[in-house]
Parts: sequence; C-alpha cells; structure tokens
Amino acid sequence: MSIASRVGAPRIVPTKGIPYPAGDPSVGTNEERAWRRRLLERALEAVCTPVSKPTVFEVEAA
Amino acid sequence: MRIVHYINQFFAGVGGEDAAGTPPSRTDGAVGPGRRLATLLGDDHEVVATVSCGDDHATSAAGAIDEIVSLIRAEQPDLVVAGPAFTSGRYGLACARVAAALVAEGVPAVAAMHDENPGVEEAGAAVVVRSGAVAREMGPSIDRLAAAVARLLAGETVGEADGRIGKVPRRNVLVEKPAAERAVDLVLARLGGDRSATEVPLPRFDPVTPAAPVDDLSKTMVALVTEGALVPDENPDRLESARATKWLRYRIQDRDSLPAGEFRSVHGGFSTVWANEDPHRIVPLDVARELEREGLIGGLHDEYLVTVGNGTSVADARRFGVEWAADLRRSGARAAILTAT
Repeated sequence: MSIASRVGAPRIVPTKGIPYPAGDPSVGTNEERAWRRRLLERALEAVCTPVSKPTVFEVEAA
Repeated sequence: MRIVHYINQFFAGVGGEDAAGTPPSRTDGAVGPGRRLATLLGDDHEVVATVSCGDDHATSAAGAIDEIVSLIRAEQPDLVVAGPAFTSGRYGLACARVAAALVAEGVPAVAAMHDENPGVEEAGAAVVVRSGAVAREMGPSIDRLAAAVARLLAGETVGEADGRIGKVPRRNVLVEKPAAERAVDLVLARLGGDRSATEVPLPRFDPVTPAAPVDDLSKTMVALVTEGALVPDENPDRLESARATKWLRYRIQDRDSLPAGEFRSVHGGFSTVWANEDPHRIVPLDVARELEREGLIGGLHDEYLVTVGNGTSVADARRFGVEWAADLRRSGARAAILTAT
C-alpha cells in the first residue's frame, strides 16, 4: 500500500496480504467470499470518487 | 530531400479522444505542426506527405504500426519525422515504434517527445529529440526538432547538445580519475549536501493524473487486470515469473469462475500456494460476475489482462500501463480493478 502511494496509484484499496489481494485464506470460504465482495464494492466506490492524489479507500470492518 | 511526417489524430485535426480509434491515413504535404516544420526546413527540403493515426489504434490494434510504416514507405522518404508527442504516452509509443521500424529498414527517422514519455524507451535505433511536456510548448519543440532534422539531412550527427534523449549511442571517453576516486568524490559531494550528483541516474516515477470518476457504474463496463501472473494452468503463452517483457489477455466471457487446477499464478516473487488454491484471490471473477448480474456494474470486460509485477523495469511497467489503458479504452471498458500482489 505504501508502495502504491509512493508510485502514484490514484485510488488504492488495502487488502489482507501480498499473495492474495482479493482473498483471505485465514477465514472460512463464505467469509472469504464476503470479504472479496466488500473489497470490490469499495474499489467501485473508489472509481466513482474524484481524487487529486494517491488516496486510500479502506474497507470498513464487517 | 523528401520528408514524411507522422502525427496523431489530434494534431491531424481529425478529433480528440473520440477519434483515438481512427485507422491510419495519408494526406499530401504538411499538416498542423508539420507546416512550421516545413517552413523551418526551407526550400531544400519538402514535407511530401503526412501520415496520421488515432492513438488507441496505433498502440493497440494488431498490425497498425506495419500499416503506418507501409504508408510512409510508399512515399520513398529520405527522412521521417514523428511527433512531437510531448508527454502523451500513446502518441509517444506510436511515434517511437514507427521511427524504430523505419530505421530497422534503413530509413532514417527522428521522433520528438518529452524525456518522461514511455516512447523514449521504445525508439530502438531511431533518434529521439526532446520536446516540451505539453502542446503549449509546440513552438520551441518544433524549433529544436527542425534543427536536429536539418543536421541529419546534412549528414551530421545529433547529440545531447542538440536535445537528443534516450539511447544515445555510447562512446568511449577517457576520464581523468579511476572509478574508486570518482565514487569517493560523489560520497563527499553528498555529505556536502548535494543530493543529485550521480553517474547512474535512477528511474523516476512519473506523476500520475487520476482518471475522472465514473458517473454511472450501472452503465460502465469494468475490466479486471492484475500483475499477479494468473494464467491458464499450462501457461500456454509462457508468461515470465519475473522481469516481465510482456502482458497477456485471457477470455473470461463465458466463465463465472476461475477454478483451481485450471488457472494458476506463475509469479516468482511470493508463494503462490494460496493463489493456486483459489485463483479468485488474484482475479476476483466470481464476485465481479455477481456484481454484473445484480446490475451494479454495466458489464464485465470479456478478457482479463495480466502480467507479472516482479522486478519489472519501470520502463516496461510504464509501457504496459499505456498499452492497457489504450486497449481497455478501445474495447469500451471505462474502469478497471487492478489486483496487485
């Protein structure tokens, strides 16, 4: 995430870990899928939001 | 001498982004910025034709560069000029590739663009001359370009003093001090507060202008792209596991999921155990399809784009970015989710 900001990615959604940007192997299948859905919904909110510099869009806890 | 000028759809007066998909075409004589170029070059030289192409078409349609080159070649030019492309990535890549292809065929070619244009790295053996960053700097940019062209047409070389950038051919020179002494000098300079003295400039990250926000998601086609190296299990196109030189596309049009065993990550920079257990951890097709079905997004792009982000050079990464943007724009995608590892 700090790298994404530093290289100038305009809209950044933090995830759980490098090897699984759209998942979370530490939880059960259904919970992981729900997390992925929240990630994508947040990413879509991000693309609908005006930004002028690298901006982090945290996913709120369930 | 006969000169052919290559420019994009914008400077040819065809149109802006709406016309970026325009295929190549030729016009007699000089057009747009070529007129000033022709004036500066004087009566000994003539801009016999202008070839133009839309930036999206030039950088992402198969065979576009060949088509442009053959239109130019048909004019039997003594020299070809491309640009100036300023900091426009797609335009710069097109100018660089056209110039590189011509030089490879033995036709002298000069491209003009800003130092940070990704095209600088793609120009092969062609001469690249510095331009300003934005079209507002057209005047001085054309002046410098015309001067370089005149030198080349006179059989002279163009060097850094003439505004040459990119791969200036290396020449051996004799320096006074050995490397060890120069290194110590640089350390001392740094301790003395000089933060910029170097013999090896590092790549710079460009400022990125954020895209305008999407208006209405329910009418927007969204693309999934990744540098997580997810490919069909056999890796049929041989994506590298590090230091990527290419990116690939895979069709997902008729898929709702990417099952384990059918797709895997060949990324060499992290353990791929979790990715291979469930490829959606890299490319979230399952959920994206669900969002499409529920109408939250207007559609999902037919393909996902993929490369490997592992020790990739800034120059290659910049090129992939420009090509992805052009490719997605051409296919109608207006937003992308890039999963990064």
